[in-house]
Amino acid sequence: METKWWSGGKSPFNVEYGKLMMWYFLMSDAFTFGAFLISYGTIRFSQNYWPDPNVVFNAFPFAGHANLPLAFVSLMTFILIVSSVTMVLAVHAGHKNDKAGVIKWMIWTIIGGIAFLGCQAWEWTHLITGDHAVLVNGQIEHIGTTVTRNPWGPAANVAAHDGHHVGTTGPVAFGGYFFGITGFHGFHVFSGVVINIVMLLMTISGVFERRGHYLMIEKAGLYWHFVDLVWVFVFLCFYLI
Amino acid sequence: MEHSVQEVTFHHEAGGSEFVKKIIKTTIILSVITIIELGMGLTMYAFPMAAGLKLFLKGVIVILSLLKAFYIVGVFMHLGDEIKNLIMTIVVPLMLFIWFIAAFLWDGNSWKVLRNTYNPHAVEVHTGGEKH
Repeated sequence: METKWWSGGKSPFNVEYGKLMMWYFLMSDAFTFGAFLISYGTIRFSQNYWPDPNVVFNAFPFAGHANLPLAFVSLMTFILIVSSVTMVLAVHAGHKNDKAGVIKWMIWTIIGGIAFLGCQAWEWTHLITGDHAVLVNGQIEHIGTTVTRNPWGPAANVAAHDGHHVGTTGPVAFGGYFFGITGFHGFHVFSGVVINIVMLLMTISGVFERRGHYLMIEKAGLYWHFVDLVWVFVFLCFYLI
Repeated sequence: MEHSVQEVTFHHEAGGSEFVKKIIKTTIILSVITIIELGMGLTMYAFPMAAGLKLFLKGVIVILSLLKAFYIVGVFMHLGDEIKNLIMTIVVPLMLFIWFIAAFLWDGNSWKVLRNTYNPHAVEVHTGGEKH
């Protein structure tokens, strides 16, 4: 929105202090995530080989060994987008001082956040406890993806006794960056859920109603959308390209 | 907390049902972009293609992600409705990313080139079977 030069006597940005500070916090947080992702990019660009995400992330709960590349992470992305939408609706209800509406949409947002965290827990468990035959120093070993082991290297020219394909180990940095960055994002989701629960309890007990406005819901909303925004880039860097 | 409301001298929230329509529209746009991105990602996996074409598809996916970011920040976070000077104090510092990304990816690539040039052993170990 365009305005004339600020001439004093009123808030220059026409925005509440806490909300402005939330924006600046999010900007600094964007640099933190940016630095992590760029560091990952630097290491990835320095390697001759990097695992194909379609091969690494192809599992789905209760689907056994079916090859479903990116299906589960698409579900996670969709859950986060939907929870962002319910958050917008909570903020919108707050503008109308509609207490029941805020409570309803905050509950859905919290459910979305918890669902996302549950999905991430499953994905991590699946990767860490994975059992992949790889050739290490001439010996076949069965390993999962951790911060020190990466079974997603190039194929080896050997087959195991049971005819399964045998790989080699890939760049160790893969697991460290994956668990580090998705973990840092997951921590943001977790703190977002905690903040949203606090906001829900404050709404139910009528704190914002007495205050006459629901600005706190707006600020929690900004944080929650930021979590969704960061996921767009985590999704891009780890799963799509 | 009462005084804090007075910092806001005018409101710029779009009216009720009109705003909800805008949210629904944005949600659909975000979902459709995500589906297109997934489709492109899976195309790269399913069909063997030249490295150049693959790089081009990846570039398009990056641009689509930036578009998603624009919608989330502009519509869901209402940054588009704020005063222009406020928007600038957020967006201008983020311009640092242009240098940040270019410089560090360039550095990573240079690291690879140097290693492959001066340590031929590195090439043998890590390129083994080229990824499909």
